[in-house]
Amino acid sequence: MFRALLNRRKDRLALAGDRDDWPREFARLEQDAVDFRLRNFYEAGVVDADTPLKDVPFVAMDFETTGLNPARDDIVSVGLVPFSLDRIRCRESRHWIVNPRQPLAEQSVVIHGITHSDVSNAPDLMRILELLLESLAGKVVVVHYRRIEREFLNTAMQARLAEGISFPVVDTMDLEARLHRTGRSGFVARLKGDKPVSIRLADSRTRYGLPYYQPHHALTDALATAELLQAQIANRFTPETPISEIWR
Amino acid sequence: MEAEQIEILGFLSQFEPFSNMPEETLESVARQIEVSYYRAGSQIYDYGDEIHDLCMIRSGAVEVYRRSGKLHDRLSEGDLFGQMGLLMKNRVPLPSRALEDTLIYFIPEAVFTELFEEFPSFADFVEVQDRTRLSKVVSDKEDMNDLTTAKVTTLINREPVMLEATATIQRAAEMMTTEGVSSLLITDADKPQDREEDLVIGIITDRDLRTRVLAIALPLDTPVSEIMSSNLVTLDDNAYVFEAMLAMLRYNLHHLPILRHNRPIGVIALSDIVRYESQSSLYMVSGIFRAQNVEELSAMSEEVKSCFQRMVQEDANSHMIGSAMAVIGRSFKQRLCELAEEQFGEPPVPYCFLALGSMARDEQLIVTDQDNALILDDQFRPELHDEYFVKLSAFVSDGLAQCGYSYCKGEIMATNPTWRKTRSEWERCFADWIDNPDAEALLNCSIFFDLDGVWGETSWAEQLYRFIVLRARGNKRFLACLARNALNRTPPLGFFKNFVMEQDGRHNNSINLKRRGTAPLADVIRVHALAAGSTAQNSFERLNDVIEADILPHGRGPDLRDALEFISLVRIRHQALDLEEGREPDNNIEPENMSEFERRNLKDAFQILSNAQKLLKFRY
Repeated sequence: MFRALLNRRKDRLALAGDRDDWPREFARLEQDAVDFRLRNFYEAGVVDADTPLKDVPFVAMDFETTGLNPARDDIVSVGLVPFSLDRIRCRESRHWIVNPRQPLAEQSVVIHGITHSDVSNAPDLMRILELLLESLAGKVVVVHYRRIEREFLNTAMQARLAEGISFPVVDTMDLEARLHRTGRSGFVARLKGDKPVSIRLADSRTRYGLPYYQPHHALTDALATAELLQAQIANRFTPETPISEIWR
Repeated sequence: MEAEQIEILGFLSQFEPFSNMPEETLESVARQIEVSYYRAGSQIYDYGDEIHDLCMIRSGAVEVYRRSGKLHDRLSEGDLFGQMGLLMKNRVPLPSRALEDTLIYFIPEAVFTELFEEFPSFADFVEVQDRTRLSKVVSDKEDMNDLTTAKVTTLINREPVMLEATATIQRAAEMMTTEGVSSLLITDADKPQDREEDLVIGIITDRDLRTRVLAIALPLDTPVSEIMSSNLVTLDDNAYVFEAMLAMLRYNLHHLPILRHNRPIGVIALSDIVRYESQSSLYMVSGIFRAQNVEELSAMSEEVKSCFQRMVQEDANSHMIGSAMAVIGRSFKQRLCELAEEQFGEPPVPYCFLALGSMARDEQLIVTDQDNALILDDQFRPELHDEYFVKLSAFVSDGLAQCGYSYCKGEIMATNPTWRKTRSEWERCFADWIDNPDAEALLNCSIFFDLDGVWGETSWAEQLYRFIVLRARGNKRFLACLARNALNRTPPLGFFKNFVMEQDGRHNNSINLKRRGTAPLADVIRVHALAAGSTAQNSFERLNDVIEADILPHGRGPDLRDALEFISLVRIRHQALDLEEGREPDNNIEPENMSEFERRNLKDAFQILSNAQKLLKFRY
């Protein structure tokens, strides 16, 4: 499913060339931004590309959505867990249920357990946008599979403000893919009988000895993602590694 | 909207001390937790680091060690560490390292302090001194237990009825009828009533009137002194109900006078106690004495198990169970000796049949072998008399084996000619062991230094033991050797996942609670008791003497008592569980069959034993 999505879409926001210059990009975006919340977000800036990981303020973010297509589907809940290399701070974590502009499909209710009555009483994303962007401001966002969170947020804001959003992310799934999906192409691997290593959140966590958490709760998934990044850095990078090595 | 950490909350609520906290408290704790990941091999805290969190292992494993680098403990999922640092000026006393890839939930100091103040159970749980926790567990348990905490005085409901020794038996029967009692205390007519001591010289009971009067058609004007039982067995008014029960069982009595400052304040009857202890060891013992042959005796051995199980269910403490099982074992021996004498005739010289080890200590449980020996009169001549004692020993020993007390593998039985000695031979033998404590002598000490006369001239056993204590007490070298010997069997460090963790970090999948727990504890206590000159045999009584002699650092004596009580109880409970599930009971327990509660408290108890062994090392 993820692979299909991957092939279908090109990452509109992957500024491959500008990857090392997010601070300048933020300065430019601040100039262009119309909405004050967005302007504040960009104004808070972003760490320099050569900042060592131990000094980077992170925030893990996870969305539950009505489906997997940002163009058609919308956000149902948001989980945020701020952390550093040392500590994940649950005290500052946030969780919102929001009212999607798309109807909740039965299948998605089964997945995340958020029901029609839950969302009908929930605010629209716009009502929490200020808090959400404040929580993200100045931090590097960490997600597991960046296309969901970055694109959904971008699309949701386009729809509501006619302005998108752009920011660097550390993608823990991408970090796993770099480790396990390099070298041989899928075709050669299949010939040699290799089973592809699963890079889903739960399976990735298991490889680092992290406990099983019940998936599909935005806050739990954000916590799970934060823990996974700590584990990945502890095992494969150093506290001195510059952030540019892992963000995109 | 409040961000609720479902996973963290769910995890916390599975483990003590959080499992009993109210939901709102747990939610608040979960919300404030911090998390961090440690790769296998990485240091979590160094010695002297600042610490501001209580650490709970979410997954993985952590090793805590001493500054010397020696392993202190190994912890796994759900275990806590760091509380010592929090309670000690925020400095880490014991460094810690991730043994596996580990995820830690940190509970911030502010939350810790709040919980510590609000929940006594939390405070108890994380208290630095682990032994405090154990003591609480043991005393909590005892509060629930009537039989052990009730004093005999609660059973006394009237003044004793007394009669002078010169009165006639008819007068006695009249008096018993009008007063509605089943026994009379007989006083010495010549002694003035205000004399404190030895006022009462005997007792007569309903049964005496039947067996000693009517059955032999004694004239009704016979003085009561002729039919009374002298050699009174009495108890002090401070005694507990279970002690009264044991005294009655041990001496096969139905009435027991209770004295305060040597004056009788009442008599308790077996029926008074039966109300307390519905159907237990009492019936068992009278059954044993009614058995007419070995077959009937062995048929009763199954009942020993159910009696044991009942006592466990009734929440008896280990002292009671150990004593009751010892009384039952002793009764088997006594009845077997009696039957042997019926079969082989009167003994050619007086003798005393000895029980050794756990039976002598009143610490017998369900899995036990027979350790016994014979003391013979100094008139004993092997060529003339040994044949009789060979037969008698074989009869008793085989009989015991049939009743479920397996033969002693070390051949410490009266059937072994080495362990049939005359009184003076025994004294020479003990003197030699004490004066020349070689390895073999020390091995014997741990068995023979707990001895109890079961049948025949039982006072010889007491005299012999007094001889031993006197000789051992002043002998520093002997005590030193005995102390070293008591260090041979060490407790494990505790538990790690579903394994027993050994001092050297190895893992076993089961633990022998006798060999690694109660036996070394009894060894340690024996050394102190001998040093204090105590003639008690039971470990708890020995400890009381040791505490009274004040030869241990403050608090260590009660700690040892709690540790012994707790390990014994776990051992007892697991044997009862084995029986319940139709398994052959043994002394081994597997960590996966222990409750969280048992694991933690056992660990504390092992720590106390370990400390006690360290103390022995430099004390003697």
